[in-house]
Amino acid sequence: MAEVTLSKDEILRYSRHLIMPEVGMDGQLKLKKASVLLVGAGGLGAPLGMYLAAAGIGRIGLVDFDVVDFTNLQRQIIHGTSDVGKRKIESAFETMADINPYVELIGHETALSSENALEIFKDYDIIVDGTDNFPTRYLVNDACVLLNKPNVYGSIFRFEGQATVFAYEGGPCYRCLYPEPPPPGLVPSCAEGGVLGILPGVIGLIQATETVKLILGIGQTLVGRLMLYDALGMKFRELKLRKNPECPACGDHRTITKLIDYVEFCGVPHQEAPAEAVAAMGDIEPTEVKTKLDRGDKFQFIDVREPHEYQICRIPGATLIPLGELPKRVGEFDPDVELVAHCKSGARSAKAVDFLKQAGFKNARNMKGGILAWSDKVDPSVPKY
Amino acid sequence: MARILIPTPLRQFADKNDTVDLPGKTVGEVLTALTARFPDLKKHLFNDEGKLRSFVNVYLNDEDIRYMKKDATPINDPDTLSIVPSIAGGFDWSSRG
Repeated sequence: MAEVTLSKDEILRYSRHLIMPEVGMDGQLKLKKASVLLVGAGGLGAPLGMYLAAAGIGRIGLVDFDVVDFTNLQRQIIHGTSDVGKRKIESAFETMADINPYVELIGHETALSSENALEIFKDYDIIVDGTDNFPTRYLVNDACVLLNKPNVYGSIFRFEGQATVFAYEGGPCYRCLYPEPPPPGLVPSCAEGGVLGILPGVIGLIQATETVKLILGIGQTLVGRLMLYDALGMKFRELKLRKNPECPACGDHRTITKLIDYVEFCGVPHQEAPAEAVAAMGDIEPTEVKTKLDRGDKFQFIDVREPHEYQICRIPGATLIPLGELPKRVGEFDPDVELVAHCKSGARSAKAVDFLKQAGFKNARNMKGGILAWSDKVDPSVPKY
Repeated sequence: MARILIPTPLRQFADKNDTVDLPGKTVGEVLTALTARFPDLKKHLFNDEGKLRSFVNVYLNDEDIRYMKKDATPINDPDTLSIVPSIAGGFDWSSRG
């Protein structure tokens, strides 16, 4: 490998690094020789990509196959309004190349899978997990453990975040912390989702900081510590993260010696299928609901979203009963009269219909696609969110 | 007596409380008092065999109870018990639906 040096322009660019003895020329060259893979160009990937490019990491890879949409812009600051509709990799690389043209950018426009993860990861020193779902998190973890590469982890939910460094030089891994993911039915419902737009900035930059420290070999990294951040209380707390000797991925008697089927491991299809299959039989198109409303048909129409969503938009004629209150309020309805339930996109109302059918409402039906489909097919003046 | 810190995803099952002070001499006793007060929390914390779920960790101060005496870990006032569930989001993954 040819000797890596900094050009005159690069020396000027990195001067604020170079004048600190903790980084200096040696450190800046370490950054330039380093390669980092970002998994995901979303909320966490956005600040990570921008700052790691600015810091002068030599080679940055990005795994993403998504397209920028308007709902991303509240937090994914690597993308702008004019990028909506663009591939995220393309949009992110335009921003990063503008920040620092000396960084080599490698796009992996694909869904990370058990088939491609090891092949993609092998060319990078550090893997940064900015994904948004459990199957990919376990996949990233296991691939990092198998390849003995550090996994810089960050995760966010509403106003809270977690960050740490897994699998660094034999340290604890994600499975040591959480051996198994929650089954899909137990994760907080759609209505409890969402995230403060600034939060991924804070957590993503903790990940970026740890990445740079790992490369420079300075400071105390988060290896063995789980950092928790609470934006509302503005509190950072740290918990001890221990290596589990019984960990199936990195413990003394490993059972995970190759990548597995992570979607199955996380129980996604098996748990979701029954409710949807039952509900699908009773699905009703938004246009059909509109016709019924216009004709003045006798039927019960309920909106199972949360009150704060009802404030954003609503369908006239629908009664708001949040999904969680349905069991208590089911007595308000007549089981012999047709009942139509809707939510934002149809998942929660499918659960409502499933529940209602078990409670004896044989004529309960789910409005397909929720209020989003209503906006597309019936009334475009209803805002989408 | 211990102060229990309830994380955002579980507050909806705990009358929206973020902290609760509950009596008990061991971690198990305090958690039992917690689910007695908020029955909806029970299925989110424990499986059918009454064991703590594998995607929920409990910390006494900063130490994981799995590496102490688990449920039998003794509690001294003013210990803090943190419930730390697994979260996946890099963005609003849970609002799909």
